[in-house]
Amino acid sequence: MEATTGPVSGQEGREAPAAAHPCFRPEHEALRQTVRELVARHLRPHARAWEEAKAFPKDVFRLLGEHGLLGLRVPESLGGAGLDWFATLAFVEELHRCGSGGLAMAVMVHTDMALPPLVRWGTPDQHRRFVEPAVRGERVLAIAMTEPWAGSDLAGIRTTARRVDGGWVLDGTKTFITNGAIADVVLVAAKTDPKAGRKGISLFLVERGMPGFRTARLIDKVGMHSSDTGELVFESCHVPDGNLLGEPGRGFYHLMWELLGERLVIAAGVVAMAQEALELAVAHVQSRHAFGRPLARFQAVQHRLADMAARLEAARQLVYWAAWRMQSGLDAVQAVMMAKLVATRTAFEIADEAMQLHGGYGYTLEYDVQRIWRDVRLYRIGGGTDEMLREVISREMGLRPSRTGSEGDG
Amino acid sequence: MAVATAGWRLSEEQEAFRRLTRQLAETHIAPRAREYDRTGEFPWDVVQLFREQGLFSLCVPEEYGGAGTDLLTLAVVIEELARVDATASLILAVQELGSLPIILGGDEAQKRRWLPSLATGERLAAFALTEPEAGSDAAAIRTRATRRGDRWVLEGTKRFITHGSIADVVVVFATVDPALGHRGIGAFVVEKGTPGFSVSRVEEKMGLHASPTAELVFDGCEVPLDHRLGGEGEGFKIAMMTLDRSRPAVAAQALGIAQGALDYAVGYLKERRQFGKALAEFQGLQFMVADMATQVEASRQLLYYACRLIHEHGYGRLPAEVNRYAAMAKLFCSDVAMRVTTDAVQLLGGYGYVKEHPVERMMRDAKITQIYEGTNQIQRLVIARSLLG
Repeated sequence: MEATTGPVSGQEGREAPAAAHPCFRPEHEALRQTVRELVARHLRPHARAWEEAKAFPKDVFRLLGEHGLLGLRVPESLGGAGLDWFATLAFVEELHRCGSGGLAMAVMVHTDMALPPLVRWGTPDQHRRFVEPAVRGERVLAIAMTEPWAGSDLAGIRTTARRVDGGWVLDGTKTFITNGAIADVVLVAAKTDPKAGRKGISLFLVERGMPGFRTARLIDKVGMHSSDTGELVFESCHVPDGNLLGEPGRGFYHLMWELLGERLVIAAGVVAMAQEALELAVAHVQSRHAFGRPLARFQAVQHRLADMAARLEAARQLVYWAAWRMQSGLDAVQAVMMAKLVATRTAFEIADEAMQLHGGYGYTLEYDVQRIWRDVRLYRIGGGTDEMLREVISREMGLRPSRTGSEGDG
Repeated sequence: MAVATAGWRLSEEQEAFRRLTRQLAETHIAPRAREYDRTGEFPWDVVQLFREQGLFSLCVPEEYGGAGTDLLTLAVVIEELARVDATASLILAVQELGSLPIILGGDEAQKRRWLPSLATGERLAAFALTEPEAGSDAAAIRTRATRRGDRWVLEGTKRFITHGSIADVVVVFATVDPALGHRGIGAFVVEKGTPGFSVSRVEEKMGLHASPTAELVFDGCEVPLDHRLGGEGEGFKIAMMTLDRSRPAVAAQALGIAQGALDYAVGYLKERRQFGKALAEFQGLQFMVADMATQVEASRQLLYYACRLIHEHGYGRLPAEVNRYAAMAKLFCSDVAMRVTTDAVQLLGGYGYVKEHPVERMMRDAKITQIYEGTNQIQRLVIARSLLG
């Protein structure tokens, strides 16, 4: 195969949207512009190297923190920006064009999975010790729910927290934990009453350096290379009383509440990644010639791109609608589940078609489309599998669940 | 910070139209749909209902007797009608399609002459572009318009014209010279009863049985000069601008059909028992309806957004990227309607295949939404052109 230079994708030649979406106001667009410039200047140029190194510097968190981007919906009294969901969406969409899905995921786990329960259920002392440094990007967060034997079925976790004088002792193993190696603080779900099912789960803030807590190994993945995925082990790990988050026994419910936001940002993120894949495909078919004309002049190619654009736009509008319901305080369960289900499946299909339209080049590591293809694939699994989402959607439609399953993952 | 809701919630008025239409549709149309689908007789009672309720006025601007509502309102009404019966929704969609060339291309006198009676529904409109040899390739039409003194004389045949046999006002596209291609095409208003204008046949179709689809013959059909809409050779542009704006109506129809089939299937799953439990308790079926509902909601959000974008541009020429949204909505909604209605038939099993339940009719009706007012292949052309330049 001849040597080629993969097009530097991302910021160049970006198409202006048909019209600013009514939910994004000028302040959101200004924020978007800030993130776009930051990404172009500080992240995009290094993304490929970070992907290859399977790690990115923790300074990225500080950089984002300095620009006020890690606490967009955190109240101003806790150092956040006090903005709304559409600020988050503008940030997430631009961040997902940084050239590394893993980096974007690491940041989302910090800002939209681990941080919201801390803000909502934390004591003033916990806000000071964990939320404020997290918003500044000084302490990186992770959240540990999944175990080797309990994924979607969160109520089935086996990690235990035993009451002792002045605190709790944790024993167990957590797996597939994003930021598992780099996190300074891990929000851990453990059983304080192993017989009580979901009502026996409590949340603990385990800090790096606490005796008995270690990252046992890193797990290699198909995509999301710059993000570390760890297996965490807790062996007689003592956690003081001040590190219990929320009420004992209410952990399951504390987490269920935040999963909605996590899924919304994932849905917005994959739409942005699929948009980039679509733009890469459009650029490629316009420049690549075969049989004496650009690929873009073949109708079979044109119609595939048209289908991709239509499906992506439907997914995007569904995501915005779900975000609007969240923002408006309406019941958003059904909307967010639908948004994530459609967005992730559509994004993977579009990435796959984009790869196909690149021909042999699409399969090489020099072009970026393969990276998007690998990265988006995760989200039909991570953040709630397709299957769990349909379970919730059909339940919301009044169809009885086939078993009294609970819903959880992470 | 204020909640960002601007432009998102349906307005009070749009919600009121949805409620009214749903109630009308369920009370007056749903009980009739199966019967007129069987007999193939056009439901004049539904036309009368629309007249009484003022629904035709949604298709016409306020200055000419219309309601002064927006495109999204019309889409919501069509969606609700199609939820129980596609034929009924098409009555309104075709009235819009037939009125648009007059709205977009007519001069003040022409608008004042024809639009008020279309707004009340006293008269029905039709749009006659397709010919036996010119479907997607509309610029290839052969119907001739020849100037003879103070008259235009039309000669030719139009095919697949919805409401062609019952319409009072038909907008006919004809060329002064086929060699000129699309630049030779004009748009002419032909009224029912004009000598030389006849209906040569009404098609038998797979679906939309009660909606008459006619072949029209123009044999020395003379109309006055002021029946031409727009200037010399502007007919093709008027036709294309009309179709750009009418696509959301087809998308709304497809969305309504899909929603109707989904709702019916969900109701059925809760009632029907097999293996000792309700079908709704089988996970394999739950996942099917979850996918169906998700696709329907994605269709709805895309269509509503397209309607809002188009509405912002008034009746002016739509930029390519706005047309793209209309085409995407039509493509996506109709493909979803086909999938969802097919799955609804599947969920009902043997009952889905018999006419006692409406889902087989919905499946047959859904198919046409992928074909008419621009096949989905043409929609892809429109979308691809705006992406690739």
